[in-house]
Amino acid sequence: MADLLTRLMHLNAEYAATLDDDRLEDWPDFFVTECLYKITSADNVRDGNEAGIVYADSRAMLADRVLALRRANIYERQSYRHIVSLPRLTGTDKAETPFLVVRTMRDGRMDLFAAGRYVDRFDDSAGMLHFRERIVVCDSARFDTLVAIPL
Amino acid sequence: MDQAYQLQASAPATLTRVPFHWYQDTALLQQEQREVFEGPVWNYLCIESDIPNPGDWRTTFVGRMSVVVVRTEDGTITAFENRCLHRGALICFDNAGNSKDFTCVYHSWRYDLSGNLKSIAFGKGVNGKGGMPETFRMQEHQTRKLRIASLSGIVFGTFSDATPPIEEYVGPDVLFALRRNASKPLRVIGRFTEVLPNNWKMYAENVRDTYHASLLHVFFATFRINRLSQGGGVTVSDNGGCHVSTTLAPTEDQDNAYAGMRSVDDGLRLSDPSMLDAADEHGDRVRQQIIGVFPSFAMQRTYNVLAIRQFVPKGVDSTDLNWIYLGYQDDSPVLRKRRLKQLNLAGPAGFVSMEDGCIGNFVERGAAAAPDALSLLEMGGDGVESQETRATETAVRGFWQMWRRLMRI
Repeated sequence: MADLLTRLMHLNAEYAATLDDDRLEDWPDFFVTECLYKITSADNVRDGNEAGIVYADSRAMLADRVLALRRANIYERQSYRHIVSLPRLTGTDKAETPFLVVRTMRDGRMDLFAAGRYVDRFDDSAGMLHFRERIVVCDSARFDTLVAIPL
Repeated sequence: MDQAYQLQASAPATLTRVPFHWYQDTALLQQEQREVFEGPVWNYLCIESDIPNPGDWRTTFVGRMSVVVVRTEDGTITAFENRCLHRGALICFDNAGNSKDFTCVYHSWRYDLSGNLKSIAFGKGVNGKGGMPETFRMQEHQTRKLRIASLSGIVFGTFSDATPPIEEYVGPDVLFALRRNASKPLRVIGRFTEVLPNNWKMYAENVRDTYHASLLHVFFATFRINRLSQGGGVTVSDNGGCHVSTTLAPTEDQDNAYAGMRSVDDGLRLSDPSMLDAADEHGDRVRQQIIGVFPSFAMQRTYNVLAIRQFVPKGVDSTDLNWIYLGYQDDSPVLRKRRLKQLNLAGPAGFVSMEDGCIGNFVERGAAAAPDALSLLEMGGDGVESQETRATETAVRGFWQMWRRLMRI
């Protein structure tokens, strides 16, 4: 069996491909049933502000977000390219991983949309890694136009 | 030809028409800074709990102007333009801090907490050489200061002596709603900025546009959560610029006014509806309430979400929307958790707000080659009176009434 770091890299690669290939319906499967997914910023973490721009404390809430994006919300066609760096183990079930996200709009415009780090707690009980927590700590609290697709 | 004169010559005679060049003309930005933001209006600055202790300060904006708002030694709040009187550099260049005084980093000109110039480095020169002339008087050089009003801990400022007291400016209904929102000490629980690729006035209109809410934002209808026909209405202040719109929780499940909405009747439901478990904190059945205070402030209450939005013009087609997510200082852990979950409804990724990030830009692009064409605002008539319906553009017309009066257009 591959070592933990290699398995985490594999997990992150699959996670990024799932979002970037628009397989959003598969995205909640990376999480345990009672999870925490939050998008916040470094400043908010520093100031002890608990709120995020996305906050889900169950896998079902993640599924609801995907359903809303598909069926209710309006946004211009766009895609992400996640560039995910190497995970750094910060505990027996904790890791941090830097990322960049380039957003490409319908008309071809590309922007560096987000940079930051994933602060993760993972679960390894079912013989597969899942996120117990994935806190997306963006380096900036400024977001261009809107955030539709998860980070 | 004078810019104001040009605009006046082409100005429609009614509030139901808005020429697109009013959102596009770069020259208007400077006129708006002078006549609107620095005119007889109340600008949102911060909340009192941002600066609880003497020496605490925050930088904020009045239009495009950077402003420092400070808690002084005696506990009062002051605010002044964040521009050194010497060469114009920012006096404070961070978001917040605590200081005994302020020293401009460029040439060490020093100011007290109220923004008064107190000393000039090498003012008498070095070894008798150089320095400021004998005729220079520090007291003749003053930072531009704002008059402050705090409404239940929400701090506003104005540069004009002609601005009426804030209670009169916002009117009784907005005042009541703001005081209810701030009926307990507020606490910031998150700050995010959304960069809107459009003129600031499009967002000011959007906040007041009760007509679009259930049509553009179909999240609630898609998941069968509420309907256009729920009770509520919109109240507009006498000056036109301030408003409060309210949607009440439904009393029965009989209504079905979906006419013309994009959502389809396919019985979608949330898998985890706990996001919408709400406490009726104020016992008033308010499900959603939007307050607008001209020119650049909005406050929303949606279920248990409490948030301030400050809009800061950055250019003719760019606006920073500052989201300030709030709770009360005495929130129980259960109530705080409700707010965190319900905040999925608001902000740049909000289920019922993300569309507002792009819709202004759709207008910008739609009207890019039509500066003299006119936007239509006839829903609910041509006036700016309060109405017992949200199928109206009365508060949007109110915004233009106030803007046109200040801009003399």
